[in-house]
This record gives sequence, structure tokens and C-alpha cells, in this order.
Amino acid sequence: MKKVIILGATSAIAQATVRLLAARGASLYLVGRNAANLEAVARDATTRGAQKVEFRSLDLNDCEAHASLVERAWQALGGLDGAVLAHGVLGDQEESQRSWAAAEVVLRTNFLSAASLLTELANRFEAQKAGTLVVISSVAGDRGRQSNYVYGASKGALTVFLQGMRNRLAKSGVAVVTVKPGFVDTPMTAHVPKNKLFASPEQVARGLLKAADKRKNEVYVPGFWALIMLIIRSIPEPVFKRLKL
Amino acid sequence: MSTSDSWGRFPRVEQRTRALVWRSDALPAVDGALLPHGLGRSYGDSCLNAGGTVLLTAGLDRLIDFDPATGVVRCEAGVSLDTLLRLCVPRGWFLPVTPGTKFVTVGGAIANDVHGKNHHRAGTFGRFVRRFELLRSDGSRRLCSPEENPDWFGATIGGLGLTGLVTWAEVQLSPIRNPFVVQETVPFDNLDGFLRVSAESEPDHDFTMSWVDCLARGRKLGRGLFYRGNFAPTQFERLPLAKSHLSHGSGLAVPMDLPGFCLNRLSVSAFNFLYYHLERGRPSRRLVHYDPFFYPLDSVNGWNRIYGRRGFLQFQCVVPHATARDALKELLERSARGGLPSFLSVLKTFGNLRSPGWLSFPRPGYTLAMDFANQGEKTWRLVEELDRVTRDAGGAVYPAKDARMSPESFAAYFPQRERFKAYLDPAFSSSFWRRVNPVPLPSLEGRGDAAPPASLLALR
Ligand SMILES: Cc1cc2nc3c(=O)[nH]c(=O)nc-3n(C[C@H](O)[C@H](O)[C@H](O)COP(=O)(O)OP(=O)(O)OC[C@H]3O[C@@H](n4cnc5c(N)ncnc54)[C@H](O)[C@@H]3O)c2cc1C
Repeated sequence: MKKVIILGATSAIAQATVRLLAARGASLYLVGRNAANLEAVARDATTRGAQKVEFRSLDLNDCEAHASLVERAWQALGGLDGAVLAHGVLGDQEESQRSWAAAEVVLRTNFLSAASLLTELANRFEAQKAGTLVVISSVAGDRGRQSNYVYGASKGALTVFLQGMRNRLAKSGVAVVTVKPGFVDTPMTAHVPKNKLFASPEQVARGLLKAADKRKNEVYVPGFWALIMLIIRSIPEPVFKRLKL
Repeated sequence: MSTSDSWGRFPRVEQRTRALVWRSDALPAVDGALLPHGLGRSYGDSCLNAGGTVLLTAGLDRLIDFDPATGVVRCEAGVSLDTLLRLCVPRGWFLPVTPGTKFVTVGGAIANDVHGKNHHRAGTFGRFVRRFELLRSDGSRRLCSPEENPDWFGATIGGLGLTGLVTWAEVQLSPIRNPFVVQETVPFDNLDGFLRVSAESEPDHDFTMSWVDCLARGRKLGRGLFYRGNFAPTQFERLPLAKSHLSHGSGLAVPMDLPGFCLNRLSVSAFNFLYYHLERGRPSRRLVHYDPFFYPLDSVNGWNRIYGRRGFLQFQCVVPHATARDALKELLERSARGGLPSFLSVLKTFGNLRSPGWLSFPRPGYTLAMDFANQGEKTWRLVEELDRVTRDAGGAVYPAKDARMSPESFAAYFPQRERFKAYLDPAFSSSFWRRVNPVPLPSLEGRGDAAPPASLLALR
């Protein structure tokens, strides 16, 4: 990936990824909501050796704006050969149960806006028969649990969407990489007590780029989540529904 | 609230933490006092805030600008010196001043106005800070430099994190030709030997420091090894530059607290004896990478854990040239006699380049740093005596390495403290600051100059 658009560039995992790409001398187009924070990330990337860095502040829930956003990024970097989708919200399960409005924000941000952006990007990558789409999904999408099924559903839908897209784009030589992090120590999880399962954003970013370089399909980062999720997925539903998870 | 400690692992306090992420964000509203916290490489309680909140600056770790032509770097205050080295060494620049570990933040380096092996040539870190932004709890942001808001600049350099939060800073780096240092080791037999080698080395060596065998007594009192070096000249330029990234850190780690019996008089003396004689036998002139030269301790992760759960007390003082010989002699004698002797003792000359910082610790003279395993009352009494010797000699003790100096000592060491107090941020405080500026207790009044009992100091 040499010319990369990063969506949700101010998230902790995206920032760590931006640093690694900058050190490789990539050109970057950064998109996020807060202009001042975005500029801070952009200057950091430039100082760390990125070839070129442009940024634009935008609320990615505004799907109408996606086509022109991708067009602008394309113009700014003279084409794109990579995209990292890292925007997302954790939401609050209890609030999402009480109010559809809260649940809708989670589904819209994590799934609908991602699907819309991916549609724009995939069509262009398919046409040029090259490119890598890297999308941050979550282990939470592997099985619905009472403690966060709205978030889980948004990520589960995303995972399935990506599977289909990978199937479609395989013949055009476009890689679709689904990254499933477990718990990550970021501002998004600042309120959660930390344990040994938590990974750092840098760790996740390294795993993400390694998967992108190797054009992997689906990866768990850190890798031990593959085993944990295998176990969780294989618990029979009659048992699972009685568990407190 | 959770329990935290500092690099010396003493004291342990209950405090809250809040992580800062963006430099444009406001300070969080909390109950109780705030204190910025870098990488916690201060030893005592100056980076602790019992009962209050520490603001973790590790998330403020973005670079803002680097000009490879002039060597001026601008970055957020939580950027570590390690990050700066990775950025600037391959481009021919080095930190103008660096402490003995690269795992400190730019904000922490400013707040303690750190010094390095080149103090006699370069002075302190604060002399290379061109400007910074100071965020106060009233929401104000000030650009501070020697020209703009010079008072805030002077108060904040060496200001122990008490004047507000430094959000970003601009630092002038120094040019280097390659990442290797030509190092010479010169053994000396006693204190006079040190003073002699020091005087003859300083004029043409940028970096100097000595390791002292803290157990040698009598005629050998103050014997040790003098290290001096300069960055290698251009003829070494063809050495692979990629090696500048060769990090020798993080390989080894101390996996757990070592039990107390590992450290005793015998093991410390065996270490000091072996170290002195092994190093003595090595070739005296060597080409070494900057990493082991400047950061020998960084190669063992968590080395502070060898002192076990009770931690240790560092003691670093400076004594002026006029009184130095006698004072150093007495300091070394007392530490060899009392309690568990120091593992690593370091001696170095401070030059007379003045820092812009009002509470800056370095001043002309000789500085001696020692570690003492915390063995309770007897260690405290020893360090208290060392403090007294320092005071009588007209010297000063370094707050970044202190967990016990008395309010009277602090007042004696930092004559500019009254001027400084007007620049304190009303919402900021630290365990150290409350200790050295206690609310007067009636029962303690009138004790004059007498040192308070160590057990009482421990309570504060
Ligand atoms: C192995 C070792 C060797 C050392 N060698 C030396 C040496 O040679 N010379 C020397 O001078 N020191 C030395 N030190 C001490 C160390 O350099 C200082 O304590 C340094 O200030 C630690 O920086 P830190 O980022 O860890 O800050 P912390 O220890 O976390 O905090 C130090 C102070 O900085 C303040 N602070 C931190 N960030 C900010 C900010 N953004 N704005 C305002 N205030 C802030 C804090 O409130 C606190 O008062 C050494 C320490 C170790 C562990």
C-alpha cells in the first residue's frame, strides 16, 4: 500500500497504523471528524516520513458525501491502492436496548457507513484491478452476546459483507482483509478495567499491516483470539443462551 | 483511586489517573489536585500526587515538525527521548542534553530541567528549549520562550510540573557526524585522582562521568573509573548508519521483585570489586554506539526491581567547587560506613552555564548520585545525614531523585522558590510539593533547624 486513504484516522488503531505507513514513506489521505485532531495526526505522519499527507474532516455517517470524498482522495494522491477503514463506535448496550435511536447510531456508523464507503472503493479498485481494502471488524461480530449484541451485530454484518466482497473481488486481484481485534487499550475502552487480554493499538496496527502485506483474508489480532472465538462459536446455542456473556 | 509508585518504588500512594489524548483538549475537570505525569522515571514523590489525579501524557506523543537543516524539532510533551532519537539520529542530529535513560518524555525533561554527561559543556535541557505551550487550569494557553512570557518560561523549566501542563515544545538538537562515540576509560585511585582527571578531561571531552566504588575506604576512598568521550569524527562516517537504530534495550528484563537477601553488603561489595577490576582491564579507548554509552541501564528492563518490594532511595546532590573536596569525602565515607552501601554511585562535574529555569537543580560544582536499598529507619537516617552534609557545604539535593528532603532543606537549596510560588497553577500540586511546603503544624514549630526524625518524614 503506497497511496492509502484512512477512514477514522484519529482512532487509536488508525493512528498507530498511520505511523507505520508513514515510516514506509506512503502517501496518506486522512479522514476524521475533528479537524484539529486530524491535523495533529497529519503533522505527525509528515514528520515521520510520509511522502504526502492530506486530510479532510467529515462526519462519515453522512453517506451522501462518500462518493465525492473518495473522488477527492483519488485526485489528491493521484489514485489509491489501499484503504483502511477504522472508524467505529462502541455504543452502550443498555442504552441501545432502551432506545432505537442509540442502537441506530451504532449500526449506521459501524455497518452502513462502512458498507457505503466500501462500495465506492471496491468499484474503483475492481476497475483498476488492484488494491487492498483493510477493514477493522471485531471478535464481537463472531457471536451475539447479551452484553453487546448491537455492536456485535454491526460488526457481524460488516464481516459478512466483507466475505461477499472478497468473493466478488478475488478475480480482479483486489485483496479484502478483515481484521478482528479483541480488546484494545484505547480511549474507546478507557472506562473498562484492563486485563491480560488487552492489546495495545501498536500491536494491532502491526498485525493489521502484516495481514495487508500478505493479503490475508481474515485475521484475529492478537492471534490467540482465533482460539477463544473458536471455542465461543462452538458452544451449542441451548447452552449459550443460558450463559452470562 | 489506585496504588502507584515512582521509579524508586517508594513511596506508594493512592491516586487517580486520567489519560490525555489531544493537545487541543481542555484539562479534565476533577476533584482534588492535578499533576502531569510523563514516563514516571523520577525516583521519589515529585511525580506522584497522593489523593489527587495524575494526567498521563503518554498519549500526547505526536511529532509536529522537524527541520533536518536546522535541527529544530517540535513535538507534543509526551514524546519520549527514545522517539526523538529514532527520528533525528539517522538525519545527523542528537539530543543536546540527555539523562541516563531515554525513556523520559520531553515534558518530564523540561519539568526537571534534566542534565547529562555534557553539563560542563552544554548546561541543562532547558537551555535548548526554544519555546513551549503552557496550558493552565483556567483554560489559558501561553506560548513561552525566552522572549515571550519569559517569566512563565523560567518558572516552568525545572518547575516540577506545578505551573500547568506543557502541551508541546520546540527543542534545538545538536549536530553529529555519526552515531558512534569514541570512549576512553581512565581509572583513578581516590578522590583526588578523580578531581585531577576531571580537570584535565573537561576541556576537550563533551561527555564525562565517573563510576565510584562506594565501598573503597581509607586511601582508596573515592576510587573509580572515569569515562570520557566525544562523538566520533567524520572519518567514521562509512560505518553503517542503520546501526543507529540498533537498540540494545528491552532484551533483558528483571522478571520479578528480587527478595531482599540477594542484595546485601557482600553482594554489593563483590559487584563493585569485580566491576572495578574487570573494567580496569579493558582497552581504555573504544568506539561504542551511542546507546550503550548514554543508556547503559536501559538494557535491563525494570532494573529498579532488583531492590525488591521496599524500593530504594536515590540521593543526588551537588556541592560547590569551594567546599567540594571535603564534602565529597564526607559523603563517600558516611555512605561506605552506614547501612547498605550504594550499588551504583556516579560522580560528575557541573559547569557554570546557567539554566533559564528558576528551580533548576544543576549549579557549578560536583554532583554525586547514589542508590540505597530501602531498609527503613537506618537508610533514612543515613540519607538524612548526607542531606545535612550537602546543606552545610552550600550544595543542593535533586528533587527528581528525592523522597525525603525536609522543607528547611528545600528552602535552603532553592532560593528562588518564593518568586516561583506566584506561578503555581492553583489546581496543580504533587506529593513532593506538599511535603516540602507543609501547612505549619503547631507541634512542629520552634524546632528551628533540627532535622525532624526520619519516622516523621516518612509519614508526610
Ligand atoms: C536510569 C535513570 C537515569 C537517570 N539519569 C538522569 C540524569 O542523568 N540526569 C537527570 O537530570 N535525570 C536523570 N534521571 C531522572 C529523569 O531524567 C527525570 O526524573 C525525568 O524528569 C523523568 O521524566 P519522565 O518523563 O519520566 O517524567 P515523570 O517522572 O513522570 O515526571 C517528572 C516531572 O515532570 C512533570 N511533567 C511531566 N510531563 C509534563 C508536562 N507535559 N507538563 C508539565 N510537567 C510535566 C511531572 O509533573 C513531574 O514533576 C534518570 C532517571 C532514571 C530512571
